[in-house]
Amino acid sequence: MTLSSSQKEAFAGYMFLVPVFSGFLVFLAFPVVASFFVSLADWNMINDPGFVGIANYIDLFRDPFFWTCLGNTAYFSLFSVVIGLFVSLYLANLLHETRPRGAGFFKSTLFLPVILSSVAVALVWQWLLDSHMGMINHLLAGAGVPGVPWLTSPAMAMNSVILVAVWRQIGYNMVIFLAALANVPDELYEASSLDGASRNQTFWNVTWPMISPATFFIAVTSVINSFQVFDLTTILTNGGPANSTNTLIMMIYQNGFQFFKMGYASAIAYALFAIILVITAVQTIVSKKWVHS
Amino acid sequence: MSTLTVHKPLERAGAYALLIVFSFLMLAPLFWALLTALKPVGAVFSDPYGLSASTWSLSSFADVFKTTPFHLYMLNTAKITLFSVLGVVISSALAGYAFAKLKFPGRDLLFVVLLATLMIPRQVTLVPTFMLMKEFGLIDDHLSLILPGALSVFGVFLLKQFFLTVPADYEEAAKIDGCGVLRRFFLIVLPFAKGTLATLILLQVMAVWNDFLYPMVFLNSDNQRTLTLGLAILRGDLDTQWNRLMAAVIISNLPILAAFLVTQRFVIKGIATTGLKG
Repeated sequence: MTLSSSQKEAFAGYMFLVPVFSGFLVFLAFPVVASFFVSLADWNMINDPGFVGIANYIDLFRDPFFWTCLGNTAYFSLFSVVIGLFVSLYLANLLHETRPRGAGFFKSTLFLPVILSSVAVALVWQWLLDSHMGMINHLLAGAGVPGVPWLTSPAMAMNSVILVAVWRQIGYNMVIFLAALANVPDELYEASSLDGASRNQTFWNVTWPMISPATFFIAVTSVINSFQVFDLTTILTNGGPANSTNTLIMMIYQNGFQFFKMGYASAIAYALFAIILVITAVQTIVSKKWVHS
Repeated sequence: MSTLTVHKPLERAGAYALLIVFSFLMLAPLFWALLTALKPVGAVFSDPYGLSASTWSLSSFADVFKTTPFHLYMLNTAKITLFSVLGVVISSALAGYAFAKLKFPGRDLLFVVLLATLMIPRQVTLVPTFMLMKEFGLIDDHLSLILPGALSVFGVFLLKQFFLTVPADYEEAAKIDGCGVLRRFFLIVLPFAKGTLATLILLQVMAVWNDFLYPMVFLNSDNQRTLTLGLAILRGDLDTQWNRLMAAVIISNLPILAAFLVTQRFVIKGIATTGLKG
């Protein structure tokens, strides 16, 4: 039997997909479906799982700790995304408009924290922010300012985590903004300058709408990433003080792998998934109003 | 030079000042980590700034290897990174090519199914993946990280987008000469993708090298630990030895840092394009 060339091509096509789809079925499709069924069960991985319907979700809804973690995560997400976005846009625009000597140096330096592991970043900042021995409070003391309980006060700790997260991510956003800025056609700026527009007017009326797809991309991906914050809060504060920095992913880890409540951990994971889906959907709908296509 | 460029000297000076301040804010914490690591043990308090170079020593770096099997952590991380990145490159390139260049029934549907999973937070799969690994007997085995790590839906997407830009003419000519699909893929199309593959490799190396949650769940014996786990162990819960810890932080990031310094222009360009395509 001989195969026609289009049959050969189809065969090759399926063969080329085998590695990705075997991984996809075993490590993505199966776990996503299984996770949902586990979320309907009471299971500690030792006894057989017992079906409990939506009891885990009802418990979750009534669990004040879940709302604390959700509130912490949402607070972290809102401020780290908004601050991270505007600081990086400001820096990218500054680099773009000034075209300074040593632009490559500035870009690489601002990008440097992106490549470091979040665990390493968190450890360096934990040392800097230490209440008693940290360099930052040491410098403040030198200036006559009383020490700040950066990581030890429930009111301050999440703000410090946000500071570290912003420090780590602005380089990444900046690089994406720089690419978007470079793509804005110069004719638009010429026209704007002929019209006598100020630098500020030009930014908001020309630059901002033209780079809106990049802004949208950064907003969506940063929200998704920030809702998954785990490394920074685990290392910097381990969720404390007084649970002020405990996040949703930390709650999944604690329930699943410290208390062995697999059903409850899966329910939290699905709740997180639903929250991310809703936020992304809202962002996409709202984007129709402001993203230039 | 664009119409937009700032020419007024005062404005330019202001912009330089701001850029220098921000660069300082990025570099200072890292310099501080290095200074702490270079201070002799015990001098963290007596010489808070540690600027006197005559007292610098490498004893903290040596201490890292004396108190923990840090060389093992590094080898483990390197091994897991190497194999999962290799897996991602091979599987993504093959699938990306099939989706971009080959015609077969169900192709577009399969691609949409794959792409839809980009929205799913990875942690949704954590509990069932743990069950699977337990079933396979792979808990505390590096394969528990390598196998799931060898799949990247983003990688498939990135390469498909790239292969779409390769003109069909090259392949048509080879087809007429009787060149089969495999040879066309490896000899004609793949060499074009060097830049995209390098970007994917860099992103993937960073993600695997720096992963913390998955190693924490899947590995438990000391000899199997990765660098990020080793760092968390060295930190300890009480009475942290900051000189030693900062030395460990530097050692653990040095390979990635060195790779970045050599390839920085290229990395930054690659990341910029992934943003635009995404």
